[in-house]
Amino acid sequence: MTAVSAAHSAERDRRRRIILLFSFLALVLAAVVSLLAGRYPAPGLIPLPRLAEDDLAVRLVFGLRLPRLLTAILLGMTLGGAGMVFQYLFNNPLVEPGFLGVSQGAAFGAAFVIVLMGGATVPVQISAAVFALAGLGFSSLLARRLRYGGWVLRLVLAGIAVSALFSAGVGLLKYLADPLRQLPELTFWLLGGLAGITWERLFSVLPLTLPGLLLLLLFRWRLNLLSLGEATAFSLGAAPGRERWLLILAAVLPTAALISISGMVGWVGLIVPHIARRLFGAEARFSLPASMLLGGFFVLLCDDLARLLLAGEIPLGVLTALFGALIFLALMIFQKPKVRK
Amino acid sequence: MSTPLLSFRDVNFGYRRGQPILHRVSFDLLTGRITAIVGPNGVGKTTLLYLALGWLTAWSGDILLEGQPLNGYGRLERGRRIALVPQSESTPFDYTVFEYVLMGRAPHLPPLGTPSPDDQEIVWQALEKVGLTALAAQPVPQLSSGERQLMLLARAIVQTPRLLLLDEPTAHLDLHNKARLLDLLRQLRADGVTLLMTNHEPDVVLALADDVLLMETGQPPQAGPLGQLFTAEHLSRIYRLPVRLVEIDGRKQVLWT
Repeated sequence: MTAVSAAHSAERDRRRRIILLFSFLALVLAAVVSLLAGRYPAPGLIPLPRLAEDDLAVRLVFGLRLPRLLTAILLGMTLGGAGMVFQYLFNNPLVEPGFLGVSQGAAFGAAFVIVLMGGATVPVQISAAVFALAGLGFSSLLARRLRYGGWVLRLVLAGIAVSALFSAGVGLLKYLADPLRQLPELTFWLLGGLAGITWERLFSVLPLTLPGLLLLLLFRWRLNLLSLGEATAFSLGAAPGRERWLLILAAVLPTAALISISGMVGWVGLIVPHIARRLFGAEARFSLPASMLLGGFFVLLCDDLARLLLAGEIPLGVLTALFGALIFLALMIFQKPKVRK
Repeated sequence: MSTPLLSFRDVNFGYRRGQPILHRVSFDLLTGRITAIVGPNGVGKTTLLYLALGWLTAWSGDILLEGQPLNGYGRLERGRRIALVPQSESTPFDYTVFEYVLMGRAPHLPPLGTPSPDDQEIVWQALEKVGLTALAAQPVPQLSSGERQLMLLARAIVQTPRLLLLDEPTAHLDLHNKARLLDLLRQLRADGVTLLMTNHEPDVVLALADDVLLMETGQPPQAGPLGQLFTAEHLSRIYRLPVRLVEIDGRKQVLWT
């Protein structure tokens, strides 16, 4: 009996590994197709021989499209992975990395520089990243001062309050902004987009992003323990307080870095982890890498649509929100009844 | 006499400064016995369990595990010696029963390690022991409370603890599941595991416990064998309710009102 069942669970793990591999290959394929797709020389895929003879095509594909699509994949992997991690750490399927004041902090930081300091690209990035982290810092400081509820509830409440303060600040800055020069720039940043991505910008976020994602992947099985609540995790030999903070930082730092170059791109951190768990089960050893792969896939496709659908650029954040919300609704409406064999 | 598995020596504890809940608590747990913590709501029974787990830290006094200070143990060493079956634990995520129980192997793994086929085999044996083999692939949120309790016990079993802490293990269980759980706890005792549980049900305490830790508001708790402490007189006093102990078919029962 046990031998048979054990073989069964090994078979399930093997199947999930194969689907993960398949997802990875699908992502690579999508990346290659995206690299070739565009409006030069004509709308559609660039013919391969052209890359041998046309200097402009080479510069377009490797100088502009490649860093952009790599950033899209990295952004999706970070938002999907960080969203999954936050949902486990807070034992709540409705949170995402932006909610500890991080997203609104970044928005405020960008708006501040655009409206009050002229809005050169690099200062906007730096200010967005700094205020994203300040949002996290304020939320956690505030959570320590609150005299209500447990650790998780206090952090959530503090995050809501800090986000509200920052978004009030963004509203004020919008009101103050010069409607002809600053407001369009601010609005564009708040809607998110990868049009301005260069190799240099991509490289500037890697030192925070790659170590963070790697750490999350290394801790993926332990995420399961942390999702059971503090006392239980402790009884299983974990150090819930320390491990939680480590993983929160490992999720928030890459998120802040990427938001600072992409602007606000919503819904990915919320919807992608749901789909990953639907396909791979709750066990984080599989669902976390799956969420990263699916996130990369989702943002890459949205960004392709953003640059290909119309002659002009559609804001990426608009598309992720549109498709994210549609998929979310579809999942809720067509959810399988909760009886399984 | 051998070293007690767990000792409390003059332990004081409270959640807020100036408001002690436990005052001068001293007792020993002997290896291979079942001790029931009995007392009214709010007297600090669960608090005492969490102190024994090391999750809460005493204000003063010593808590010793096998003669050594409990807080001197490493996290993993402690996790291999003490397991907890909490009263309520919920997850919104669709873990399967198998994946959930597998988490009990965590203290046996190297840092950042993942479970091996050996660990999985240990989990299958535990599932068979508690009778959940058929539900191994079932999502945890769909279990009944009885099945959930058995699953939490299986997770504790794969930790291979020497001390098992249980918080109201029979709450919400029907008679069949209650009897099954009691059998399993007796088997663990026979295997040399020491059990410390809180329990509000006198019939469970009478059927299972060897020793009793009697907790009373404002008094230091008394520890001793079941027969000495679980008497009509003591129970009437701590619950402030007239209680009678009667014997039916050779088994003691508690009658109240």
